[in-house]
Amino acid sequence: MNHTTRTVTGRPVVAGSASGEAVVSAQPISLWGGLDAKTGEVIDRRHDCSGRIVTGKVFVFPWGKGSSTGSAILLESIRLGKAPAAIVTRATDPIAALGSIIADELYGKPVPLVVLGDDDFRSIRDGDMLSIAPDGAVTVEKSNPEHPKESEVMEISEKKV
Amino acid sequence: MTIALSENDKRMLDGLCGEASRMAMSIIVRMANVCGTNELMDICQAHIDGCGLMSDAGLEFAEKLAAAGGKVVVPTTLNMGPLDLQDWPKFVTDEVFASKALRQGKAYTDMGCVPTWSCAPYQGYLTPRFGQQIAWGESNAICYANSVLGARTNRYADYLDICAAITGRVPKCGLHLTENRRGQWLLKLQDFSPELLAEEVFWPVLGHLVGDMVHDKISVIEGLPKMATTDQLKAFGAAAASAGSVALFHAVGLTPEAPTREAALQDMEPEQVTDITPDDWYRAWEDLAGAHEGDKLDVVVLGCPHFSFDEFRTLTEEIRAVAPARAADGVDVALLTCQQSLSLVDRTDWLADIEAFGGRITRDTCVFHTPMIRRDADVLMTNSGKCGYYAPGTLDVKVAFGSIGDCVRSAVAGKVLRRRPG
Repeated sequence: MNHTTRTVTGRPVVAGSASGEAVVSAQPISLWGGLDAKTGEVIDRRHDCSGRIVTGKVFVFPWGKGSSTGSAILLESIRLGKAPAAIVTRATDPIAALGSIIADELYGKPVPLVVLGDDDFRSIRDGDMLSIAPDGAVTVEKSNPEHPKESEVMEISEKKV
Repeated sequence: MTIALSENDKRMLDGLCGEASRMAMSIIVRMANVCGTNELMDICQAHIDGCGLMSDAGLEFAEKLAAAGGKVVVPTTLNMGPLDLQDWPKFVTDEVFASKALRQGKAYTDMGCVPTWSCAPYQGYLTPRFGQQIAWGESNAICYANSVLGARTNRYADYLDICAAITGRVPKCGLHLTENRRGQWLLKLQDFSPELLAEEVFWPVLGHLVGDMVHDKISVIEGLPKMATTDQLKAFGAAAASAGSVALFHAVGLTPEAPTREAALQDMEPEQVTDITPDDWYRAWEDLAGAHEGDKLDVVVLGCPHFSFDEFRTLTEEIRAVAPARAADGVDVALLTCQQSLSLVDRTDWLADIEAFGGRITRDTCVFHTPMIRRDADVLMTNSGKCGYYAPGTLDVKVAFGSIGDCVRSAVAGKVLRRRPG
């Protein structure tokens, strides 16, 4: 295996520590209608991560879109233990940030959110291992960059699509 | 970042105005940091979307605020809730869900919110005025309030809305400020025939196209018809806010901050200019309508956002124009509305025909929040770009798309009838 590790620094929109494998999307997402809070599955059938599970992963997407109920979905997924370990975007997503802040107020369990610059954001590949620090530093461990990892194989759900 | 706080803000944050105000102000201050501003500002009205989704966390949050003495300090309306407050047993068999939903509703009304339970609050009570600073939730309502009314709101996420209503304060940023309301992306409609512009589906399909294209940019649209109804602009905005993050658009000659192109652009050059042709429009139409001609139809959904009085009129006219004037066996017809619209419809002779057709009216809620769609439903037809966008993932159905009339005729046939608009 060919490991390379480097650290990029972003803005900690909601500060915290977390680590996990990157699930990378090229597309913005509406968490309501896009994420199933009970299963952690991406359910927007138009989305490039449709069918994948983000629970415990670092969900990397450019920005949030669509419904203002996204905060409620993230909050409930945190309560149920199905939330992403962290969220990395390249534009601030206030709707996701709010869900995380309320989870902090209610349960003391925020999901860290970091905003990266464009080049740093684009440098993250699906399957990279990411570690987030409270100051917004993101350590990126690339694993075998030449080949897609098992995790890139779509986890197709039982649902009829 | 240190946030500049007024004396009253400090009192709230220090808990001198009660625990609900402390928690709400703490969240507002943290969100000011998220948005990168160090100032708060007053709002004069709020619309709550956080009352809609039924989740244990959402219920806990609402009851915690209400039990801690939370009271709204500005006039505050409610978006739809998790169930029809009067007729819920017709749709909901899960008593646990129902009792939680009723508790959640009570928590919000106990805090002083007006029980409008509507996702089209701009068609009802307490419609904001031009230039007013407001804190609204619900993506389609936000888009309408900013664009069509010229009131000013950011995209207030669920639960921030009630915090704004309890404190009367929001982070001073985004679309509250004139300079951030400038049009960025000029869209020029080219070569649209009068027939296509007159189609009911012209508006939601264009909204789907624009939302997908501009995401969160502020568009300036030229070439729209000189007259547009509230329902047309509602359908456009709902679709645009779903396919993208459109919180504000300017339609030249139609919306109040766009008497001219220059006014909408605040006398600056657009960042981008794009022509939109009928070909683009038909591609968006195809994208919305995934189902095929002749597919067996299981359910029709109308009223996303909530059906207005005028939309009920159109529905009734379409029903009276078909024979037999009833949906085929196996086709459910879900009609979503609010108490205010239904009260007006109650004063007409339309309801008997709508019910004979098979229409099941629910108020206060919608198909995404209350279990109205039977589990084995495979194909759903709607006239809503928003419903069409979200239904495949949220309700696990294929979507067919058409006007109210197309939906009526398809329901009668028991299968999807596709009619190429224009």
